[in-house]
Amino acid sequence: MSAFETALGLVFEPYTLAMMVVAGLFGLFVGAMPGLTATMATALLVPVTFFMPPVPAIAMLVTATAMAIFAGDLPGALVRIPGTPASAAYVEDAHRLTRKGQAELVLGCGLVFSVIGGIFGSLVLAVSAPILAEFALGFSSFEYFWLALFGLSCAVFISTGRPIKGIVSVLLGLTLATVGIDPTAGHPRFTFGSVELTAGVSFIPAMIGMFAMAEVLRWVTSPRAIEDLAGRQKLGNVFEGQGRLLRRYWPNVLRSNLVGTAIGVLPGAGADIAAWVTYALSKRFSKEPEKFGTGHIEGVVDAGTANNSALAGAWVPALVFGIPGDTITAIVIGVLFIKGMNPGPTIMLNNPEFLYAIFIVFILANLLMLPLGWLAIKVFRQILAIPREFLMPLILVCCVVGSFAINNSVFGVGIMLVLGVVGYLMEENGFPIAPAILGLVLGEMIETHFMTSMIKADGNLLAFFERPVSAFLGVVTLTVWAWVAIGAIRRAVGPARARARSSGTG
Amino acid sequence: MHETTTSRGPARRFLLAGAALLALGLAGPAAAAWPERPITLIVPWAAGGGTDATARIIAKVMEPELGVPVNVVNRTGGSGVVGHAAVATAPPDGYTIGLITFEIGSMHWQGLTDLKWSDYTPIALMNEDPAGVIVRADAPWKSAKELLDAIKAAPKGKFKASGTAQGGSWHIALGGMLVAAGLPADHVQWVPSTGAATALQDMVAGGVDFVTCSVPEAKALIDAGKVKPLALMGKERNPTFPDVPTLKEATGIDFQLGAWRGLAGPKGLPKEVTDKLVPLAKKVYDSKEYQDFMASRGFAVVYAPPEEFAAFMKARDESTGVVMKGLGLAK
Repeated sequence: MSAFETALGLVFEPYTLAMMVVAGLFGLFVGAMPGLTATMATALLVPVTFFMPPVPAIAMLVTATAMAIFAGDLPGALVRIPGTPASAAYVEDAHRLTRKGQAELVLGCGLVFSVIGGIFGSLVLAVSAPILAEFALGFSSFEYFWLALFGLSCAVFISTGRPIKGIVSVLLGLTLATVGIDPTAGHPRFTFGSVELTAGVSFIPAMIGMFAMAEVLRWVTSPRAIEDLAGRQKLGNVFEGQGRLLRRYWPNVLRSNLVGTAIGVLPGAGADIAAWVTYALSKRFSKEPEKFGTGHIEGVVDAGTANNSALAGAWVPALVFGIPGDTITAIVIGVLFIKGMNPGPTIMLNNPEFLYAIFIVFILANLLMLPLGWLAIKVFRQILAIPREFLMPLILVCCVVGSFAINNSVFGVGIMLVLGVVGYLMEENGFPIAPAILGLVLGEMIETHFMTSMIKADGNLLAFFERPVSAFLGVVTLTVWAWVAIGAIRRAVGPARARARSSGTG
Repeated sequence: MHETTTSRGPARRFLLAGAALLALGLAGPAAAAWPERPITLIVPWAAGGGTDATARIIAKVMEPELGVPVNVVNRTGGSGVVGHAAVATAPPDGYTIGLITFEIGSMHWQGLTDLKWSDYTPIALMNEDPAGVIVRADAPWKSAKELLDAIKAAPKGKFKASGTAQGGSWHIALGGMLVAAGLPADHVQWVPSTGAATALQDMVAGGVDFVTCSVPEAKALIDAGKVKPLALMGKERNPTFPDVPTLKEATGIDFQLGAWRGLAGPKGLPKEVTDKLVPLAKKVYDSKEYQDFMASRGFAVVYAPPEEFAAFMKARDESTGVVMKGLGLAK
């Protein structure tokens, strides 16, 4: 228990707590700004965390992301632009409710159910991570190969939009991951004689570029004016009526908690997918599905809960296997390595106090959301009034400083700028960015684990099915592939058959 | 209009001042009163690792003595190429030095870089961690001798070992040990890993037969009862692990190899700088703070002044080259 006490001491230190409040306000601000995502909040915080001890650094990231996911609901409800993609699923309902004069109800709902979802996800994380870590101590490169491949497959198949574009995006990420020193043979690859490139495409500058820099570019090319609906209504007590919602929709809350956390745990899928899936489930199982999309609170309850529970769920594979559950934890893994707390099954043996500290921080961050979130609702109009002409250059500065600081080299800034342009072009043409990022992160992992497994097995491919856990993971992964392939063939054949039939009768 | 002129005024003055400062910096020889500005200590490995921790304690002890900040800067990647190149290519003015490591004697054999020990001004060897031979707690071999006998009896490539990247320090240690035992350097198949931690975990999971890495790196898993160290490729035992015999004690094979770290600057550091830095490095080495810190991490300390350090690097470079040729890694 002494590790737990140490953890309590680490978290309940004035410095850590103060940093959490600062990060919370920052997260609320970023989340409430349409176009600025929770992932971007994390990426921009990384250089700040360099100069901190591990626990406050991680506490900042946890708090900022939790707040950002909630705050994404604010512009969704008030100006019909989701603040983060995780709020996009229910933006129509939330906005119409506001039009009906129920702004308090919908904003309070976002806040209260975000807190519930966040705490549920945190508890799942705290209970499952140590157990899974003990189990995962028995994992060798064979199991890790399948896990990473499974994560990458999910990133492609679950991502929003057309799977073919997801595949293109993931291949781009995988290509970038091959740059640098070959992990098995130790020879430089695609480095063109550059010393800097032997280190490969550094991941955090890439991330800052694709998420933050790309948004700056998007704003420069097409500045958007924001319609202010918020001013038309006075906001009363946002907590009124939330108890009634909870009593009425508790089965929904339970279901969305479970589904949301599970989607978070799944490598490659995060809060936004969780929101889409639970919103769809909510509609399918609702007694009044016809009301969805017309200003109905039920879907907001479901998806608002799920996106926050997914956030904590994503930390499970990140901490236990070092495989990111979403783009946010992909950055977190980088930070953990920098802080010398290598994620993986041995984290429980090496830094138990640190693991406990993360759990405590998660619970605390979600509780902190109540007062800070309430504050954010109150001052939302002022946040929105900040001119983009000031904000965007500031973000640009953060991008440059952040990508420089990661390895103290201008080369990082170059990576950030190039991938910023790439990210912008991809988004403009409907290619999702998350698969590219996961390809970049998981690419080296898949390659390394495949090659080392082959060395161990003296080139016998069947070795991937010889260990029981490995065989199970392999079958699951291949089943997912087969399922998607069959679905694609059906879709391709189906219309053709229908056409054949209609032409036959006609 | 008024506003713009006033806001431009100070900016221009600032620029002029900056230009003047720059000119001064260029004109005045750096060594006039070295050090007169902060010093950068480059670490070729990531923050949080052993080399980083060593650099940070050195910087901390140095700072009050020098009277200027000593900033530890991590330049990672490329198996150490990036950081080592950053030290070697820095201007030799004493304001950029580095904590260089074992890999400076192995990377050039692999063709990753042209840099070698002679591209640096040696200041001091600060530490060397001998490689250990580590097996699963439930492994059938009770001693290093039993393990080596089993390896000898097995066909080439039957035994698999891990510990670091292809051609990394612990890979050379394995190859060197096998050669000293009268076997081909590549008799045991090396499974590259990202580091000792992942290699050890993979061994616990049954992925490889044994791991060569320093004993402190395995401390958490030793304490948890998952792995056990059989021998240490050092001259003497590690006081933190007094029960672990040296390789010579355990098998009679007289072979030592460790991952070392030393302070060095770019080639051609001015005498004014080395005259101050060399005694200071010795002072850091002798300080209670440094000794206590290294002992607390289980890192073995060893010191060598510049000439000895250079001779040490040269000798290591040559012996590493022989092993790497045996491993088929040298170009």
